[in-house]
Amino acid sequence: MKQFLTLFKSPMFVIGFSLFVGTLLLALLGPLVFNITTERVGVQYAPPSGKYWFGCDDLGRDYVSLLIKGLQASLYVGFLAGIIATTLGTLLGIYGGFKGGLVDDIINMVTNLFIVIPSIVIIILISASFSEGRSLTLIAVIIGMTAWTWSARAVRAQSSALKSKDHISLAKMNGANTFAVITLHILPYLASYVFMVFILQVATGILTEAAISMIGLGPLDTVSLGTILNQAKNNGALSDGIWWAFLPATVIITMVVFALYLINTSAEGVFNPRLRK
Amino acid sequence: MLKQYPTLRYILQRGGWYFITFVVAVAINFYLPRLGSNNPVKIIMGNTSQGLSSEAVKEKEEKYLKEFGLVKVKNGNIVRNEDGSPVKASILEQFISYVGMCFKGDLGTSFQKYPKKVLDVIKEAVPWTIALQLPTILFGWIVGNVLGALAAYKRGIFDKVFFPISLLLSSLPFFVFGMLLVYQFAVVWDCFPAMGGYAGDLIPTFSWAFFSSAAYHYVLPFFSIFLIAAGGQAIGMRSMGIYELGTDYIKYAKWLGLKETRIIAYLFRNAMLPQLTGLALSLGTMIGGALITEMIFSYPGLGMAMLTAIQNNDYPMIQGCTLLITVCVLIANFTVDILIGFLDPRVKAGLQIGKGK
Repeated sequence: MKQFLTLFKSPMFVIGFSLFVGTLLLALLGPLVFNITTERVGVQYAPPSGKYWFGCDDLGRDYVSLLIKGLQASLYVGFLAGIIATTLGTLLGIYGGFKGGLVDDIINMVTNLFIVIPSIVIIILISASFSEGRSLTLIAVIIGMTAWTWSARAVRAQSSALKSKDHISLAKMNGANTFAVITLHILPYLASYVFMVFILQVATGILTEAAISMIGLGPLDTVSLGTILNQAKNNGALSDGIWWAFLPATVIITMVVFALYLINTSAEGVFNPRLRK
Repeated sequence: MLKQYPTLRYILQRGGWYFITFVVAVAINFYLPRLGSNNPVKIIMGNTSQGLSSEAVKEKEEKYLKEFGLVKVKNGNIVRNEDGSPVKASILEQFISYVGMCFKGDLGTSFQKYPKKVLDVIKEAVPWTIALQLPTILFGWIVGNVLGALAAYKRGIFDKVFFPISLLLSSLPFFVFGMLLVYQFAVVWDCFPAMGGYAGDLIPTFSWAFFSSAAYHYVLPFFSIFLIAAGGQAIGMRSMGIYELGTDYIKYAKWLGLKETRIIAYLFRNAMLPQLTGLALSLGTMIGGALITEMIFSYPGLGMAMLTAIQNNDYPMIQGCTLLITVCVLIANFTVDILIGFLDPRVKAGLQIGKGK
């Protein structure tokens, strides 16, 4: 835990962290402050005004409501995909790296296979085949299931380096089983590393959702930041110069991802002394 | 086996591995679109069968079923049940006929542009994608690496300004950056065209009018990819450079009192390796890399072809594009593996002792 506290000494981390907490608060507390509605409230593409800060979309819906809902959706996708990808990657990586042998070979082979096959291809193919009932959760699960590979490879490298450390041998001599060795003696060493992987996976999840929605394969059950952008493009808001249709969504996505990148980069600097100078 | 020829053995080993990957990729490409409950023939029939008699409809449907490999075929004729209805092909049989077709270079027929072949649609689109991507990737790679190397070596104020900017640039979703460029340069200032690969009233020919129009339409898509690519490369090069600066061999070289230029040369030779790998990989993802950028600019490349395919549930077309993307990525990875075998002293040493991976 102590190593995480040292993070707060890095100004880069503090900026990234505050930015991220800011967007989280906007997503969580926004509905309490603003009146969230997806009903028609104004005319088509009503420009920003005192009442509707970011104007209205092509259906006359208030953009503040849409953006907050979109942010919630994007964060949800990011976290769900991030949790799935990081958990899968970490478990497989640690288990393979620690166990070695045939299990490791098989895990390694599957990992390498799916690292090489572009995940965007898999995501497009699955999303395209669910032309009905494509939900936000489904998209998050698909992203998570395709993004775990590189975290598995990275964690595996770390844990197989740990395998031969003295304290592991000692624990094994004392009769600790694999589960205990992994949870008590390996995971703590990898905690900071897994944390960085998780942050990057969340960012990847948010960006991938936006990309997939942009292609027109986004969730059908809710608004997300990606679907807002997709609509702005499809309905010609971009070429008509209706900036409020895409600029606020752009800024929000960029802020969230930038915050996550800042957190990751600063954590790298703190956890990896070589980068400090 | 092949002990005397470690390099050849290495290449064969990697080649075999990539062949397995290829088979898995083809299987995924075949199977995933069949996950949903979409029947391609129904979709295409819905598009084309209006106003036909039921006899004609049946005939047409069977023709499509045969064409998409959904029924058993023997000597060019559909195998039939006793009541005359066609025998459905099992998923394995469908897969075998799909693979057979792929190897013959036949990626099927587009639903939407029926009876145009998928391969022909792809052939028209790919030159545009390559023309957009190849120069952009190369330029972005060179500029990004030079900047990243400077940032790593100089650190200080240069690094402090430059690094956050490239970080911000690379957290901007790349397609969104394209949208911002369109808005600012094509809508607000109206100095560059927002859409298309050339002016709408021209036909692609080898004429000055066409080339100048294409060049004019090239500017915005180029910059939308270039800046992001350069930013990403710069970040990678910076951290590689910093990492290499801290290694023992650099310290040793410094203790030996080698000239600084010499040390930098060593440094970059080693830091360049992963960057070269990155270059080869991004050349491999080139075909699929700019899908969304092309969509935003309605650039007539593969991304646009895929977008229209997605919007029209044109599965053979989607499958054709994804297969092409996958194959390019696989080839790039294979090339990288071979290149590393020759360039990386560590892998090379491993090969010579015969312990090569």
